[in-house]
Order: sequence, then structure tokens, then C-alpha cells
Amino acid sequence: MESTQPRVHYLNADYGIRSWLFTVDHKRIALLYLGSITVMFLLGGVFAGLIRLELLTPAGDLVEADTYNKLFTMHGIVMIFFFLIPSIPAVLGNFLIPMMIGARDLAFPRLNLLSWYIYIIGALFTLWAMLIGGVDTGWTFYTPFSTMASNTNVIPTALGIFITGFSSILTGLNFIVTIHRMRAPGLTWFRLPLFVWAHYATSLIMILGTPVVAITILLVGLERAFHLGIFDPALGGDPLLFQHLFWFYSHPAVYIMILPGMGVISEVIACFSRKAIFGYSFVAISSLAIALLGFLVWAHHMFVTGMSVYAAMIFSFLSFAVAIPSAVKVFNWTATLYEGSVSFQAPMLYALGFIGLFTIGGLTGLFLATLGLDVHVTDTYFVVAHFHYIMVGGAIMSYLGGMHFWWPKITGRMYPEAWAKIAAVIVFLGFNLTFFPQFVLGYLGMPRRYHVYPAEFQVLNVMSTAGASILGIGYLLPLVYFIWSLRYGAVATANPWHATGLEWETPSPPPTENFERTPIVTQDAYAYDTQEVQVV
Amino acid sequence: MFSNLPFFPEQASTVAQRVDALYFFLISVSGFFGILIAVLLVYFAFKYRRRSESDRPAAIHGSMALELTWTLIPFGLSMVMFFWGASVYVSLARPPDNALQVFVVGKQWMWKIQHLEGRREINELHVPVGRSVKLTMTSEDVIHSFYVPAFRVKADVLPGRYTSLWFEATKPGTYHLFCAEYCGTEHSGMIGHVVVMEPAEYQAWLSGGPPAASLATAGQALFEQLGCITCHRGDAGARGPLLVGLVGKPVQLQSGETVIADETYLRESILNPQAKIVAGFQPIMPTFKGLVSEEGLIQLIAYIKSLQPADGEKAGGLPLAEGSH
Repeated sequence: MESTQPRVHYLNADYGIRSWLFTVDHKRIALLYLGSITVMFLLGGVFAGLIRLELLTPAGDLVEADTYNKLFTMHGIVMIFFFLIPSIPAVLGNFLIPMMIGARDLAFPRLNLLSWYIYIIGALFTLWAMLIGGVDTGWTFYTPFSTMASNTNVIPTALGIFITGFSSILTGLNFIVTIHRMRAPGLTWFRLPLFVWAHYATSLIMILGTPVVAITILLVGLERAFHLGIFDPALGGDPLLFQHLFWFYSHPAVYIMILPGMGVISEVIACFSRKAIFGYSFVAISSLAIALLGFLVWAHHMFVTGMSVYAAMIFSFLSFAVAIPSAVKVFNWTATLYEGSVSFQAPMLYALGFIGLFTIGGLTGLFLATLGLDVHVTDTYFVVAHFHYIMVGGAIMSYLGGMHFWWPKITGRMYPEAWAKIAAVIVFLGFNLTFFPQFVLGYLGMPRRYHVYPAEFQVLNVMSTAGASILGIGYLLPLVYFIWSLRYGAVATANPWHATGLEWETPSPPPTENFERTPIVTQDAYAYDTQEVQVV
Repeated sequence: MFSNLPFFPEQASTVAQRVDALYFFLISVSGFFGILIAVLLVYFAFKYRRRSESDRPAAIHGSMALELTWTLIPFGLSMVMFFWGASVYVSLARPPDNALQVFVVGKQWMWKIQHLEGRREINELHVPVGRSVKLTMTSEDVIHSFYVPAFRVKADVLPGRYTSLWFEATKPGTYHLFCAEYCGTEHSGMIGHVVVMEPAEYQAWLSGGPPAASLATAGQALFEQLGCITCHRGDAGARGPLLVGLVGKPVQLQSGETVIADETYLRESILNPQAKIVAGFQPIMPTFKGLVSEEGLIQLIAYIKSLQPADGEKAGGLPLAEGSH
């Protein structure tokens, strides 16, 4: 282990800012993304904090109505387009997919770097739009409000999102080609880690869905600038056409955010139960089923728009159908623990927390798919609570779980385990205190995007704000100890969790070329039962 | 029965109980599965906790029987939710024929309401208890949404078309009215009340207020003032189709299509007359866009609806063929 010469790996192979800005190493690009999305997460978090502070009292006493409207709009835009959508794919997916399939890099390393630059240009555009006054349309850009009524910076923001979309498309394309073409000898489709399956499904949505939202956002900008009459009824357009086009992407986008998280959870559950994932092929295929069915449910966002009753029934039915593959995953993860050897290290705590929160998020989705019930709860805090359970309780829990799980591989350092466990528990408790009261608020009838609200809703809002402050601490802790560990953390071995998977068979941090020689795969994923026991 | 629970909304319409029953069914099913998963996770995690670093339990690769069980049972239960939810939705979409008509115009940031008898109000809606009420709604600007939580009803209010919503209030009282679709600066100020009154009280309220012509009378005045009457008249030389008895009937168009003359059709024909030309007429009608407000349109439509054929008089629409809609 000890040697006089420090081992050369991807982090110390080259130094200087140019070696990062011009790198084509997928691992370094993953870190470029990690830095950028962390900044965006903190920014979106500040917006969220201000929203919760405003809602501490029923009156609009902290910020003006217009400011509040800009805050929730920018919170949504930053968190969805600039944090959640790139989070797991662009950081962990970028770092791990080549390593998990025994490849040296992604299929198109330069394209990979280009997608980071496109992301940065889009992000800078959007940040610039915020600095010159922000935007107040809601992240959903509903027409005709966004095209004729709002007098804020809709066009620059829309352009920022339009540009960033291409980053997502290129990443998806890169992943699909890589997974098809660059698997190590012996690594058949049904030996792939479920993380790779999940990213394959995610990539399909990225390349099929993102162009639609890009065009839609572009049309909003064009209508605003040139009064084209596509969405504005005053110009002969149809405002519901916008909603159909927008949700055709933006509903599947939820699966872009959650499918990679499901992939992370499969890896973590298997490792910390020392068991093969129960029903591997069902979990793998359910990712594809979610990606496919996810494209057929968009109009469940539109049940109160006056759409045809029969169309509503079809979309309701398909929305129930898309819930089934998610349920199948949850049951299989639970069954994986059976007769396993379960340990409770930090990544596992996040994974167990994920299953709990995702289950609540998924089950409350059934309420929204149920037509007669959706009429009452749509556009209320019930919806806000539901999608935060999926996108924060699900996606961010799994992102943090994944970051803890692969941190030793990425950095070569261990984080302080006790602090990590404390943070996981704080995040779980803070999250529930923040968002569970919002289900009750929603059923009581509090509409979303309200700057001022009737006094009888205050108690639940105070609970939610209190929870948010706890949640905020829970999110800042990992940031602190991760940075601390870079210098002071214990040096990580190649495989600190005794996990299976090719990424653990190479040193931590890995060499630039990932593997000294191309690995040959002879067994299924998660072969924990035949793992050589090496008690350290 | 649940209205005395804290943190639960008042039930004040006929549909509220049906929605709440559905809600409690979903809470029971999802509560059962949520708790089942939580209990199994905790139980397995502790029962099979790691005893030794060298533990390498035997693999279990899966079970087709279990996969089928946890696919088919949730699917079956979700179909119960689907059909139950759809039946409530269908009731919400079909107002009873004898419903009281009220007209709503949303604009940034207020609700303007007109009753057939002519009484108008802003951000308040007075209705009688025990009688179904149908709202016909449109917006002057962006999308709004008319939401009364105590009634469990909500419908988007869109510019350029009519949407509708109905309810039957079951308890006198004052209930929140919210705009539920984000509509700009004062979205959270676009609120008001629905006041449910005893029928006698409601009648008194309706005839109170400043003297006002009924909607149809106001519409007739507009019909004359805008000059509609010069073409849409009953004689042989009329340049426009006769409107008597038109509403609800199919109309044969120049293009060969047939449309039902509903409120949205009438609105479009006033604002964009070239969109649908009635068979046998020339496309000569000018647009009235900008000349008549949304409230004026509602008055015109109320007037056109009030035009019913006397016995033997020729109706404006085609004879209603069996199965034509």
C-alpha cells in the first residue's frame, strides 16, 4: 500500500486550471458538473429559504408580491433545470457509467465537455436574467401569462433553459452510445448494474423529450417578441396547446430526475445488504417501462382545464399504469433485505430514507391520478408536497446517498461516518416536518403560489418553515464534512464497502484511464454470495 | 361527519362527501401499503442486521409468484381508484339541466359575477342552498381557476373560451373562493367568498341592490345598439341566419361540417365571424372584437338563448336529427 512515490491518478495526473477547463476525462467533467450544480443548489436553496420565511406569517410582510412571485419562479427554474435534471446523471452517471461497464471513457469525450460548457452558458444566461430583474411566470411559463401579461425577463430566462436543454440531449446521447458500444467483454445487458439500466432509460427520455420543451420554450419567446399567435387566444392561438407541449416533456422530466436516483438506490441497497437485488430483471425492465409510460400521462396536469371527459379518463388510467413499475421497484428493494446482511452506514440510511419518502411521494401521486379527487387538490399545496416528496425526498436523498457511497472512489478520502449518519437523520426528519404539513394544507384548500394566505393556514405553515430550517442544516452538513474530508479524511481503499461492481476493482481515486487493463466480466451484477471475503 | 376534525375542510356541497369518501379510501389503501413497506423495511433491517464482517448470505434471485402478486394486487386496487374517481369526475362534468345559471368573468385580479336576473357582484357569489348552480366562466386576460375548497370544485377559467363548473351547496354559510391558477402579482389577492343563503333570503338578495336589467334584456339592448338586428332578422331578405331557437342545435356550415351552437360557438361567431360560415350565407359579417366586453358577450349570449320559437315559427338551427350528436 505504502510507496514513496505518490500514485498517479486522475486528480493529480495534471495540474492547473487549463487541465480542468480543457479536460476530456469523464471523471474530471463529472467534478466540473459537481461544482456547478452545487452552486445552483445553494442558490435555489436560498430562494426556498426566503419563500418559507415569507410564509411564516399570513400577511405579505417580508417581500413584495412581485418579489415573492419571482422567488418561487427562480427556485423552480434553478432547482429543476440547473440542479435536479443534471444532478445524478451529469455527476455520478458521468463518473460511473464508463467505470461500471469497464470502459476508458464515454463514447464521445469532447461532446461530454461540450455539454458542460453548454450547461454553463445556459446557466449564466439564466443567472443574468435573474440579476437584471428576474422572471415571475412560475417555472411552468403558462401562456398567455408568459407571452402577454408578464413584464419580466421571460425571453432571457427562456433562452437560458433552451440552451441548457442541449446539454441534456448530448449527455443522453453520449450515455446511450456508450452503454451500447463500450461494455467490457462478458458484460451482457442482464449483467449490467441497475444504475446503468436506470441511466439508459433516463437517456432515452432526455433525447426524446428535451427537444419538445426546447421548441415550446422557443415558441413562447417568439410569441412574446413577434406576437405570433400560437398560444395567445387574443392572437388566435390556444393557451392549452402550450400546456400539452410543456407537460409532454415536463412530466417525463420528473422521471429524468427520479430514475437515476432509483439506480443509485439499487446499488446501495445491494451493497449494504450484501445481496443480489431481488427480481433484478423486473427492476431493470421497470425503468424502461417508466420511461415509456412516462411519455403518455402528461395531461394529468390538466384535468381542470375543461378537457374532454374521455381524454381525462385515458390519462388517468395511464397515470395509474405508470405507478405500477415504481411500486414493483419498491417491493423488490424491500425483498432484497430479506435474509441479507444489513449494515447501517450513511449511504444505506439515505437509501432507506429514500424508500420511505419515495413511497409517500408515489402513493400521494395516486390521489392526483384519481380524477374526482384531483379536481379538489390540483394546484394546491397537496401537489407541492407530492412533488417535493418525489423530487427532494426521492431525488435528493438518492443523490446524497450516491455521493456518500462513491465519495471514497471519487476523492480517495473517507468522510466522517458519525457526522454523515447525523446528517442523514436530520435531512429525513427536517424533510418530513417541512413537507408533510403541506399535504394537510392542500386538502384544506390552500392554493399554491400564494404570497398572502388566510390566517387559519398559519399553524401548518409555521411547522413547514420550522422543518425547512432543520432541512437546511441537514443539507449544509455534508457540504462541510465533504470539503473537510478532502484534506483530513482517512485515505480510502479501493473498495471500502466491499461492494461488487467494476468501479470498485480499480484504485481510489481511479487512474485517468480507469483500468490498467480492460476487465473481463464473468458473472452477474451483485454477486455478493460468491465474493471473496477479505476481512481487514 | 369529518367536519369537526381539526385540519379538515368543511363539507358544504353535495359532491364534497363523495370526494371525501374517495379521499379516505385512498388514505386507507396508501396508509396500508406505506405502513406495510415501512414495517417490512425496519423488521428485515434489524432481523437481518450484519453480525459479522464476513457474512455473505446466499443470493435469492427473485420469485415470479411474488412479482405477479405485487404487480396485480396494486393494479387491481388502482383500478378501483380509477373507476371511482372517474365516476365522481363525470358527475362534476355534467351539471343538472335545471341548474341555476350564473356567469363569471375573471380578470387580473378580480372575479366579476353576473346573475341572469341582472344583479352583479365582485369577488362575492351569492347562491341559494339546496339548488344546483352552474357557472359559465371566461377570462379577460390570462388563465385563472375558480376554486371553492368547501365544495371540492375547481375549474380553470380561460381567455377565449367558456368553461363551466357546477355545485349544489348543502349548508348556508360563507366559504372561501380562491384563484388556483397563478395569474401574476396579486394572484393571492384574487380571492373572495361564496355566500350560501336560504332560498327566501336569496330571492330577497337577488331583487335587492341597484335596479338592473336582466342579462337577456341587457343583451337585447346591445343586440340593437351594435346593429346585429339589421342582418339577423326573420324576413326573407335577411343577410344573417335567424337566431331564434338556435342554442343547443346543430348548425350546418359552408365547409360541410356541422357544429353544435353552444356558448363557445356563439362567442366565436361574434368575435371571429369568418371562422365558421353558416351554409347558405355570405361571409360578410364584420368582427365585433374590441367593440364588446366579455360581460357584454355574456349578455348577448343570454339574449340569444332567450330567443325561443313561438309555435309554428321557424327555428334558426337545423332540425335536430336523431343521433346527430
